[in-house]
Amino acid sequence: MAILASEVELPGSVRVRRRVPRGLLVASCLVAALLLLPLAFLLLEARQVGWAQLFGLLFRQLTLTLLVNLVGLAVVVTALAAGIGTGAAWLVERTDLPGRRLLALLLVLPLAVPDFVVAFGWVSLLPAVSGYGGAVLVMTAGLYPLVYLPVSASLRGADPTQEETARTLGLGPGRTFWRVTLRQVRPTILAGCLLVSLALLAEYGAFEILGYQTFTTEIFTEFQVGFNAPAACALSLVVVLIGLLVLLGEGTLRDRGRMARTAHNSRRAGPRLQLRRWRWPAVAALALVVAVALGMPIGVVLYWLVRGGSSTLPQSASVGSAAGHTVLYSAAAAAIATILALPVALLACRSPERGVRLLERSTYIVQGLPGLVIALALVFFALHYLPFVYQTSGLLIGAYAILFFPLAYVAVRASVLQAPVALEEVARSLGRSPWQVRWRVTLPLVAPGLAAAFCLVFLSAVTELTATLVLVPTGVQTLATQFWAYTGNVSYGAAAPYAAAMVAISIVPGILLGRWFDRRPAQLGAPR
Amino acid sequence: MTRVSLGRAGRLLGAALLGLLGATLLAACGPTRGPATLILYNGQHPETTDALVSAFERQTGIQVAVRSNDEDILADQIVQEGRSSPADIIYTENSPALEYLQGEHLLASVTPATLAAVPAKYSSPESDWVGVSARVSVMVYNTKQLSASELPKSVLGLADHRWKGLLGIAPGETDFQPIITSIVHRYGKAAAVAWLKGIQANAGSHVYPDNETIAARVNSGQIAIGIINHYYWYRLRAEVGSAQMHSAIAFFRPRDPGYVLDVSGAAVLKSSAHKAEAEKFLAFLVSRQGQRILANSPSFEYPLRPGVAAAPALRPLASLRPAEVSVAQLGDGAEAVALLHQVQLL
Repeated sequence: MAILASEVELPGSVRVRRRVPRGLLVASCLVAALLLLPLAFLLLEARQVGWAQLFGLLFRQLTLTLLVNLVGLAVVVTALAAGIGTGAAWLVERTDLPGRRLLALLLVLPLAVPDFVVAFGWVSLLPAVSGYGGAVLVMTAGLYPLVYLPVSASLRGADPTQEETARTLGLGPGRTFWRVTLRQVRPTILAGCLLVSLALLAEYGAFEILGYQTFTTEIFTEFQVGFNAPAACALSLVVVLIGLLVLLGEGTLRDRGRMARTAHNSRRAGPRLQLRRWRWPAVAALALVVAVALGMPIGVVLYWLVRGGSSTLPQSASVGSAAGHTVLYSAAAAAIATILALPVALLACRSPERGVRLLERSTYIVQGLPGLVIALALVFFALHYLPFVYQTSGLLIGAYAILFFPLAYVAVRASVLQAPVALEEVARSLGRSPWQVRWRVTLPLVAPGLAAAFCLVFLSAVTELTATLVLVPTGVQTLATQFWAYTGNVSYGAAAPYAAAMVAISIVPGILLGRWFDRRPAQLGAPR
Repeated sequence: MTRVSLGRAGRLLGAALLGLLGATLLAACGPTRGPATLILYNGQHPETTDALVSAFERQTGIQVAVRSNDEDILADQIVQEGRSSPADIIYTENSPALEYLQGEHLLASVTPATLAAVPAKYSSPESDWVGVSARVSVMVYNTKQLSASELPKSVLGLADHRWKGLLGIAPGETDFQPIITSIVHRYGKAAAVAWLKGIQANAGSHVYPDNETIAARVNSGQIAIGIINHYYWYRLRAEVGSAQMHSAIAFFRPRDPGYVLDVSGAAVLKSSAHKAEAEKFLAFLVSRQGQRILANSPSFEYPLRPGVAAAPALRPLASLRPAEVSVAQLGDGAEAVALLHQVQLL
């Protein structure tokens, strides 16, 4: 296989014009239509209110305050997450850092801790952590793995030859990092930054606990203070717009080039950089990151488990049943979101015509929308067109899949982009049908991305609250809804077991996510 | 082709995905429910409701499935669901959500016997919902930073410049709107707007999502003073222990517009297919047994049924002197929200 592949010369610069595969196109259009439902709902609501009133609601001091709050936070957190994520990935993958295998695992795990549990942890112990500073701390700690994870995978898969060449040509380790390594992983860093900013747009629980006002908290408040859908919808439209701007920015920066190594043997581990006297400071820095992002929230959950004075600790059976539902819903949603992402990613990467790109972009819009808006949109459409699915678990799972589709998509897209087209073309030239090729060649090549997508969506769905409260079947509890019920009642001790269960459930996919990235590249066409 | 294959892990993953899809479809086919399961949309604190529901189920054998969320979101959901609402009962923390649903003509009348269990002033004048319990708005202050004698006598005093940097507010909290409505009722709109602007300036960045947060922040000394419903302070004390309390609560002067009694109530929906059973649940909420459960639960609310005493830690309901503003005058809170929008607190 390796020999075959390396003999076929198909440089990325040569664009072979091919027809857009119809099956993929139809599937992608259906996915996009599904994902645009919430936007359709917003526009319907907006039309009902009338544009005049909408403008009145939008162009006022509060909108500006929210905008400043959000942008100020997004810029700083994204930059910090990019710095920490990339730095940590480089230390773990490219240097002789002591304990790097353990650190590689621990650095991923903050993904498993819901941001609102982190916020709750800091606020319940150190109330001074609040407002802007608190939001920067909590969100950076919670989101840097979204950069760390893809970048470390990318570094592991990247061809070390370029770095080695740079070194033999006399470039120092620092400049090699800046001029070669960083360039290699730049698209990955950007993709990670995109995830971070989109996650910031949609975050609600942590900001609510930290008392930091952004669009999501305000949209929720507008629904909460009484039957004020117009104001909430107006603000949601602003968030959609911001999300589009972020995407536009990322799209402009993104390296459009398609790079794929064709020869199998070019993937091998290069020699690791000797850190020497920087060894222990580097370990200390990463340990600090882990302590803030992982140690603190877990410590606080344990503290409340032991110390909480709630007179009625929940029965363990209720924790078990909530955990069961949480796992079922999250896993099903993760599977569906991943499957939905695949045709869009294949279409967008293999036939990047303008119309296709527009289609692809449209699927990102949901990421900017708060869970509550997506839930209400589904309530609306379900009641009008599919009353029998209303308040069934199916609708909730669908909401999760829509809500977290962009997370799945980013992961799937990255791996499709990195799978060598040449292999598919060889298989085609050997007489396989397009579907056989997709099943036998493409799918195995993108499998790591699918697994990563599954884990990302699962981790996010486990902690979803606002859409869950609206859509969950009556009488069913999830871990997040129970955590909310008890913290809303100041029963921190009673809430703690649910937080602990959320963390425990998320640790497995968290580890899998880390492990998968760790192992797959050695066997398969790797991400780069 | 042998080298590039899914591998065992890949096949396992594939099988797992398919299995999950299957499970989802099965789950999506919906839970099977007996005919007499009541569906309760619950805006009250879920812990309180769970205690009441399990006692009701034991007593009557009627099953109740609870759906908990913020009461205003539940009310909106019921309006969207309209005639096909699966809900039989709505039970809320505050009256405005019920008044709103009453205005939309979605509530069924409560039977006179149930209404008679609590004083008429705590229930809907149109008999569409029944009052179940009550809470009162109070000041909470940090005892290291302030002494009781320094506190304002009226809620209007909190707009005074003296509280700049010391006050925290939760404008989005449902319990806050009745105070605004009460001020409008007593002193008029202009005074209410001036007051809102004053407390907005005093609070600065100390704007919080809810009463729980205000209670916790006052207790930890982040802010010196705030307005909450009394029970959040008692719950905080029960949770963290008396030794950790560095705050106290204080009442406004009698009949002050900031001294508001908020009523929690329940109603049966017009669209309910189980009205008789739902009515039984309402009757249970205001029965001696139901009211005792409320009084003895860690919720620290006032039961409304005469003869059932509140938790001993509380000042008795009969000795309270709240503002003279009726539940009908508190209405659905729309005017208060409009004022909050006007001053950009929302």
